[in-house]
Amino acid sequence: MKIPYYPGCTLKTKAKDLEDSAIAAAKVLGVEMEELPQWNCCGTVYSLSTDDLIHQIGPIRNLIRAKEQGSDRLVTLCSMCYNTLKRANEFFLADEEKRDRINRYMDEEMDYAGDVTVVHLLEILRDEIGMDKVKAAVKKPLTGLKVSPYYGCMLLRPASIGIDDMERPTVMEDLLRALGAEVIDDPYKTECCGAYQTVNRKDVVVTCVHSILTSAQGNGAEVVALSCPLCDFNLDNRQKDIQQAYAGFHTMPVLYFTQLMAIAFDLDESVCRFELSSQDPRPLLKSKGLIA
Amino acid sequence: MKIRLSRDRVRGEFVKRVEMISGQDLLQCYQCGKCSAGCPAAFEMDILPSHVIRLAQMGQGEELAKANSYWICLSCQTCTVRCPRGVDIAKIMEALRLVTLRQKNRNKVEATALPMELLVELPQIAIVSNLRKMSG
Repeated sequence: MKIPYYPGCTLKTKAKDLEDSAIAAAKVLGVEMEELPQWNCCGTVYSLSTDDLIHQIGPIRNLIRAKEQGSDRLVTLCSMCYNTLKRANEFFLADEEKRDRINRYMDEEMDYAGDVTVVHLLEILRDEIGMDKVKAAVKKPLTGLKVSPYYGCMLLRPASIGIDDMERPTVMEDLLRALGAEVIDDPYKTECCGAYQTVNRKDVVVTCVHSILTSAQGNGAEVVALSCPLCDFNLDNRQKDIQQAYAGFHTMPVLYFTQLMAIAFDLDESVCRFELSSQDPRPLLKSKGLIA
Repeated sequence: MKIRLSRDRVRGEFVKRVEMISGQDLLQCYQCGKCSAGCPAAFEMDILPSHVIRLAQMGQGEELAKANSYWICLSCQTCTVRCPRGVDIAKIMEALRLVTLRQKNRNKVEATALPMELLVELPQIAIVSNLRKMSG
């Protein structure tokens, strides 16, 4: 299956570990993610105001790029891109007058009808590939690795665009079980990491992430799995600041779900780009016999 | 806190502005407090989300201008999806930010003031999302 793929900005720099591991792991399952030949930043956050049409232009242009590839679907990996593109399309479909205004404004583009469906890789794994097929592709089961899935906000809320139940999601649990991991359920898995406050109010992020990680650790987790580069930055890199703020805090590795897929599929370790992690996951993975 | 109520205020410009930008009917809120109970950033807010909505209903723009709540808001949508009245509280928080940001020189974060070492450390996703929320 070939599907146009929208990476978003951060997957080309700090979240190259997400992109490289995802493309390689999806390929094992017969999913070829083909990057759009041209794309622009989605804006990262969906505009929550009614009268701010200019911020819908960025995401809509990317959907038009997918249309130009002859596709009515577009796959994303970054939770924030997923949310922004999907909500912009929802907004576009809901209001005919605004739709016309946006189309008229983008007079150099083809008229867009709101007919590109944005999907996240997790949805493809669950709904099209199926967890049985994922399980069949596992060569090195993650036996004994205690993983706590962390969804954050943008994959789940609001419900109209969420990939799963917004209060009790299970898609990542099902995937991790298929990979052979021991899944640790944690009540903080849908709690916000502090998001963009990481720029000017790092202290807010430190408090939020401390609650999230200590809860997961208290339930026995050794590693957290996620899909959002902003969550990843806050949960992984901000642990240095948590250590300073909270005496006795123990650091833990944070991985993208796609890195865990790549390990379980026994792909070349280079696709995981572990060197991009702030908390090095390699000692833990070595101790479990999952990497050499 | 002493609050002066009048018909002019409750039906005034401020209420109209917030309702126009957010697309929400403020009086739908019946003050159950569920948004405040579930807010992951409430610990840092000087006025809880449900109280922000109450002040907005009453047209208390000056009181709200002093609050930090909507600058602390994470846009995580937890309040929005749990509201039993279907009020999109995150949109009201955005409207309150925009009421300030649409005035001149009222940015909460200035892109040019961010130190280089921070810009190098942060992923683009953090910088862009922060400036989208904190600057006009």
